Order: sequence, then structure tokens, then C-alpha cells
Amino acid sequence: MSTATQDPALAAAAATTQPRRRRTLPPMTPKLGVGLAITIVIVLFGTLGPLLVGSPSEVRNIGMTPPSSEFWLGTTQTGQDVFAQLAHATRGSLLIGLVVGVLTLLLSSFFGVVGAFAGGWTDEAFSLFTNVMLVIPGLPLVIVISSYVTQKSVWMVAIVLAITSWAGSARVLRGFTLSVRNRDYVLASRVSGESSWRILTVEILPNLVPLLASQVVFAVIFGILGEAGLSFLGLGATGSFTWGTMLYYAQNGLALRLGAWWWFVPPGLMLAVFGAALALINFAIDGIINPKLRDGTREQRKRWRMTKEQLRESEEEVQ
Amino acid sequence: MRFLWQKLGFYLVALWAALTLNFFLPRWMPGNPVDIMVSKLAQRGEVTPATRHAIELLLGMDSSVPIWQQYIDYLQQIFRGDLGVSVAYFPTPVVDVIGQTLPWTVALVGLSTLISFVIGVGLGMLAGWKRGSWIDNMVPSLTLLQSIPYFWLALVLLFLLGSVWQVFPLNGGYDIYTTSPGWTWDFVSSVVYYGTLPALTIVISSVGGWMLGMRNMMVSTLSEDYILTAEAKGLRPSRIRLTYAARNAVLPSVAGFAISLGFVVAGSVVTESVFSYPGIGSALLSSVNNADYALMQGIFLVVTISVLGANLLVDLLYTVIDPRTRARA
Repeated sequence: MSTATQDPALAAAAATTQPRRRRTLPPMTPKLGVGLAITIVIVLFGTLGPLLVGSPSEVRNIGMTPPSSEFWLGTTQTGQDVFAQLAHATRGSLLIGLVVGVLTLLLSSFFGVVGAFAGGWTDEAFSLFTNVMLVIPGLPLVIVISSYVTQKSVWMVAIVLAITSWAGSARVLRGFTLSVRNRDYVLASRVSGESSWRILTVEILPNLVPLLASQVVFAVIFGILGEAGLSFLGLGATGSFTWGTMLYYAQNGLALRLGAWWWFVPPGLMLAVFGAALALINFAIDGIINPKLRDGTREQRKRWRMTKEQLRESEEEVQ
Repeated sequence: MRFLWQKLGFYLVALWAALTLNFFLPRWMPGNPVDIMVSKLAQRGEVTPATRHAIELLLGMDSSVPIWQQYIDYLQQIFRGDLGVSVAYFPTPVVDVIGQTLPWTVALVGLSTLISFVIGVGLGMLAGWKRGSWIDNMVPSLTLLQSIPYFWLALVLLFLLGSVWQVFPLNGGYDIYTTSPGWTWDFVSSVVYYGTLPALTIVISSVGGWMLGMRNMMVSTLSEDYILTAEAKGLRPSRIRLTYAARNAVLPSVAGFAISLGFVVAGSVVTESVFSYPGIGSALLSSVNNADYALMQGIFLVVTISVLGANLLVDLLYTVIDPRTRARA
């Protein structure tokens, strides 16, 4: 790839663009825009929706009706309003995702960043603990734990999911912290007598922010999908509304066999669309963490204002 | 050699942690599993005090013995291969239930994970090699496929291919009416036919992740100096792609594969629940629904041990494909 940038014509073209500023926020690409827009819409639906719709569990004697002007997404087997359920389920699922995301952030940055920063014996112990947690299979453990507890709150489910899922991102964070810790500028600040706390928070942590952000996004996706899977198996929080419980009731109410698509498609679609939106945001964050993924793409080269012929030539050179 | 011992030591520690977790979990949790199990057993026949004692031992609920003694007894029991008697499949020992169900899961989920890995890494290699090509542009859409919850994808495919068009059977592991288990052509072809749709759903939902990871590593590797050197030497592009770039880029994917082996059995719970497949995931679910704690603990142990074993194997394989890990040790 570097051959392309050494071409004098290209270098000249690149020089005409604006000088590069340090990127603190990801550049606004179409992908990021779409991801953020969808996320905001779904979050608004989850926070405001439940206030605007009727009761999600009210039973009527019109079971399994397709969408109509009164019930936008039809009714369930027992005549409950699917749209109202969806609004409440969105709130429930988002809450789970949020809690799992925050807890995973705390646990993984404690075991990953602090361990790697402290070094020595602490690092060995933390890393061993992380690796052990990593190889102990998560979902079976969650199932075993949740089967012992008969009355589960949403918080309980979120905590169990977080406990079984932080290890992967702790390992990623540890690797990155180790490489930052040994850079010259950190050594310099150590020599100049900065306190460990200051080195950790001011010198090292800012470098970790993109990575932490992407790990949190992953954790949110994992939390929501994990809860959905658990609820789908009938092991979720008792008396809660989430996308997973909706699918569980749809499956048990034979929505699939009866062809009641308006019951089982919306929650699954919400899960998929929300997951996709977060994945799009993660693409943008990935571009910051690993600049190699960003540079030299076709899009980038177009921005250097090359003609099509030049573009083709440079691509031929690369290959 | 020291590297090998380190690895073995780590897995022994992990195994010990899993065993200990399995021992302490029933104690930490509220409720008394012993009473639930005994009442379940009583529905199917007389429960002798000896049986009750055995259950107490198994679940670590025997209050007459100090806790460290229980712990040692528990470990001894495990190493004798005695996991107790299942309630859901009474009076079959837990070991037999696991022996019957495990092969189904390993064959179905293990094979489809392997297929997904090979396809994903292969496509990822091509996508990273030619940035901006049509394969590369497929990456985002394939990753979006990943965000579809697996069980929902499976349900929809089952609905379309099972109910609407009836290409594949709705549930089960083989045709129970016309075939019986054994190494006959009828049975094997029936198993393959019944397993195709579950395997397809697993491959569809997981191939995007492998592809993205491999593609990104390939892109990073291609900007290394030794690739430039190889190009300057005038090596064939196919040789650079495979021997220089892909061989180095695939390493993190192999490590990821080891971790994903842990999800083989974990993910199988959902797969087998959707397709009513007779594997270990279904057994785990039925043990949960029947409050069959002995079976549940047994399955958790077997799952953990197989995951640890698989990870150890991949670690050893890693020393062969990446000599740097040997040099560092």
C-alpha cells in the first residue's frame, strides 16, 4: 500500500487537502451516521414509547388479529397489543444492555488495565484469573446459575451476564495497555516523577478510550443478545418485558406454526436492527483504533480528487 | 518443553477452578436443591436414605460433614467418573445420558463451526487481498447478518424451509419411524438430512465474524515491509497471498477459533432447543426444567472439560504453526 503514497503525483494531491488534526471523534461517515440515527430512534422508542402506548399485558377477546389501524402490530394469542409490548420490551432490553455494558466496562478495565499497568505479581494473578474465566463456558454457566435462582430480577440477569462475559475484553485491554505502558513517553513521565495514578489516568487511559468504547458497544450487543437467548429458553427475568421474552411467548403461543408473523418478526427485527446499528458504530471506532483499516480505501483515494484514470493507475501499481 | 508444562499447568488450574465453582455454586444459591430432587425422585419410586445421602453428597448439602471433607469426597467422586443418577431420565446414570447426547452435539455444532471457520477465513483472505472488490464490499452486510439473534434466524429459516416450503424436517436428529441408530446407510443419510438445516443456520450466523477478523488482519499484514520485499522480489501474487500474508494473518483467527470452541456446546443449547435436536444442549435444558441438578452439574463439567481440552489442543497446534510462541518460552 505504501507504494501508492510514494507516488509524487499522489503525494501532491494529498498535500492539497487540509492538514490533519488529531482525531478525538470518529469522522462522520455514512456508516456511522446511519448507525447513530438508528440507535437514537430505538433509544427514543424505548424511553418514550412505553409512556404513549396502552398496557402491554391487557387481555382482550380478539386473539391473533393481523395489524390494523387500532393495533398497529396486531394482537397476540390472548389479544394483547403487540405494539405496546414491543415498546415495553425495547425499554427492558435496552436497560439490560446498558447495565451489562457498564458492568463489563468496570470489570474488564479493572482486571485488564490495572493488572497490566501494575505489572509483576498482580498482573500474573489478574491475567491468570482472566484466562480461567475466558475458558469456562459462559452460557452453560449462566443457565446453571439462573436455574438455582427461581425469582430473578432484571438486574440479577444483567449481573450474571456481565460476570460471564467480561474476560474477553479484559484480555484485549491488557494486551493494549502493555504496549502503551512500555512506550517512551510513559517512561519519560515516570522518570519525571509523575504519580502512578496520574500516569494511568492522564497518560495511558486516553489512548485506551477508542478501544474501551468498542468493547462497551460489543458488551451491550452481547448483553442484549444474551438476555434474549436466555429469555427465549425460558430462563430470563420473571415478569419482565424484553425482546427475548416476547419471542419466548410467541414461540410458545405457536405464532410460527399459525403464521402470525406480526408477533415474532418485530422483536427479532428490533434485535437485528439495533445490533446492526451498534456494529456500524463499531466499524467507525475500529477505524480509529487501527488506522491501517482506514487509509488507502477507495473512498479515501476518491477524496484526494484523483481522476478515474489516475485511480486505476494507482490501483494497478499496488497490485 | 517449558512452554508445554506452562500450558498444562494453566489448564489444570482452570479445571480446578471449574470443579470448585461447580462444587460451591449450589451452596451460594438460595433454595435447597436436595429437597427438590428427592421429591422429584419420590414420584418415580421409593427414595432410600442412602439415595438421599448420595444426593446430598453430590450437591454438597450434607451438613453432618465439615465442608472440606465434602469437597474432598466430591473430588474423589468426580475422578471415579461417578456423576450420580439423573432425575429426568431416571434411573439412568448421568454419565450414560451424557454419553448418548454428546456425540450428536459434537458432530453437528463442531462440524458446522469448522465449516464456518474455513469459509469465513477463506473469504476474509480474498477480501483483504483485494480491498474494494465485490467480496470486500460483502463484509459489512455479512457482519450485519451476525447481529441477527441466532435463535430468531433459526426460527425464521425453520418457518420458511420447514413449514412453508417443507424442504427440511421440522425437528429431531433422524427419522425415528423408518430408521434406527447404527452404521447403516439409511440412518447416516437421515442424520445428514436432519442436520443440514441446523448446520446451515449456524454457518450463516457465524461466517461474517470470521470473515471480518481475517479481512482486517490481512489488511494489516499486507502493509508489512516483508510483503513489500516479497513483491519486489517478483514472487507470484498467489504465493505472496498464501504463504506470506495469509499465513501470518490467520494466527489471531486460530486463537479465536479456540475460544469459539467454548461456544460450540454453549451455542448448541439454543440450536438444539429450536430444532429439538437430541444433543447435550437439549439434555441441559430438560435437566433445568426438571430441576435435575445432578445432570445439570454433570453436563456443566463435561462441557468445561471438553472446552479446556479443545483449547489445549489448539494451543499445542499454535506452537506448530507459529514458531515465535516456541521461541518466546
